[in-house]
Amino acid sequence: MQIQELVLHKAEEYLASGKVDRVLAWKKGETFYDNSPAIFTKDNLNGFVYNEFCAPNLSKYLVNESKKEGKILVFLKPCDTYSFNQLVSEHRIDREKIVVIGLECQGMLDEKKIYNLGFKRIEKVEDGLDNIIITADGQQVQIKREELLSVKCVDCKSKEFAVADETIVVNEMKQPDKNSRFSVVSELEKMTEEERFKFWQNELSKCIRCNACRNVCPACTCTHCVFDNNKSGIAGKANSDSFEEKLYHIIRAYHVAGRCTDCGECSRVCPESIPLHLINRKFIKDINDNYGEFQAGKTVSEHNPLVDYTKGDCEPKEMVGK
Amino acid sequence: MQEITENKEFKPLIVAFCCNWCSYAGADLAGSSRLSYPANVKIIRVPCSCRVNPIFILKAFQRGADGVILCGCHPGDCHYSEGNYRTRRRMSLLFSMLNYLGIEKERTRVEWVSAAEGAKFSAVMNDFVKTITALGENKKLEDLRCKSKN
Repeated sequence: MQIQELVLHKAEEYLASGKVDRVLAWKKGETFYDNSPAIFTKDNLNGFVYNEFCAPNLSKYLVNESKKEGKILVFLKPCDTYSFNQLVSEHRIDREKIVVIGLECQGMLDEKKIYNLGFKRIEKVEDGLDNIIITADGQQVQIKREELLSVKCVDCKSKEFAVADETIVVNEMKQPDKNSRFSVVSELEKMTEEERFKFWQNELSKCIRCNACRNVCPACTCTHCVFDNNKSGIAGKANSDSFEEKLYHIIRAYHVAGRCTDCGECSRVCPESIPLHLINRKFIKDINDNYGEFQAGKTVSEHNPLVDYTKGDCEPKEMVGK
Repeated sequence: MQEITENKEFKPLIVAFCCNWCSYAGADLAGSSRLSYPANVKIIRVPCSCRVNPIFILKAFQRGADGVILCGCHPGDCHYSEGNYRTRRRMSLLFSMLNYLGIEKERTRVEWVSAAEGAKFSAVMNDFVKTITALGENKKLEDLRCKSKN
């Protein structure tokens, strides 16, 4: 619980000194896992929380928050800082109004994986760094952290802060293995076209078009979205129709190609557990392999591989199916 | 009954997006040089190949196209200096994604055809129609709502 106290203390300190007017952080929900983003003020810090269930990326909320008056303090985990930088590059948020505090993250947990262990009544979940201590059904069990990691944390891209005015790190964060990130994409690439089609048909046909992946995405910040136009002919979903969901997911991923920081929020919020990050990651892999290594949000820059070109770029037929 | 289905030869529907300055003029030249290309190629004239949005390609498939080909000026010859360089990156990524989702890679193509290459235009179209005829109907990206009832 040490980190939570440090974080809360930092928020109180900034609010008391008047350096900031509001704090954007996580608020405790009804159950042990549903911590959600919330705005805190000097008079109201009830329910403030930071633990292993604070997966939501707060960067996107700054788009609206930084339009309001006053300064704001935001807590960002290492991967969230990339989204923050990307939004600053796109002039979507006002950097001057924001104080960024980087927070230690050992990987967030997925409550579905805990429930899948088969407990009837879960009383308490505690963070013991490498192990997670679960008190349930009158007994205490220790489970390895890796087994319970959220889908967005399984292939962590980096534990380095891309931007931070201050950081709160108690325990050292282990740098993830960079090569493992694209292993699933590579496996899919090795399959035949038919196998891949079956795989994606199976996954994408689960889509209920709730638009959660779009709404949570820190790169999707258009005020008018193509999918909200009911004259476009692609707004609803027809029964037994394989086209609709493919078009939606291709265009959703294509619109953020080159800007997607691979934060994995889309897969985390998907109620049908579709591995949407694999679509985004394919674009990232193609960009890396063909147009040079690129990580969106690493720095504040205008560079974006999709609005850029070189005279020696490969031809489409050289790239497709490689 | 069997006889009827056997006689009904599969004629693919091809959508060709052609840039106004090079490829469309190339198609014109093919016509005035009396070079033939299949009638099932439907040409859509665009100001530049980079005018083609990824949604255009997907919508063409939705509305029943069996293959989509995008023609533009040769890299370096764009009327707007750099449009086709952008097309090249965009379409590489889009076609790569379509293939990743399991769509046959032969169904989509980008070709550079200049205004002087009427013969190339006709050869490219003949070859593309042949490829798509061999591949068969587009089943993977079809939209049942857009199917004509015949």
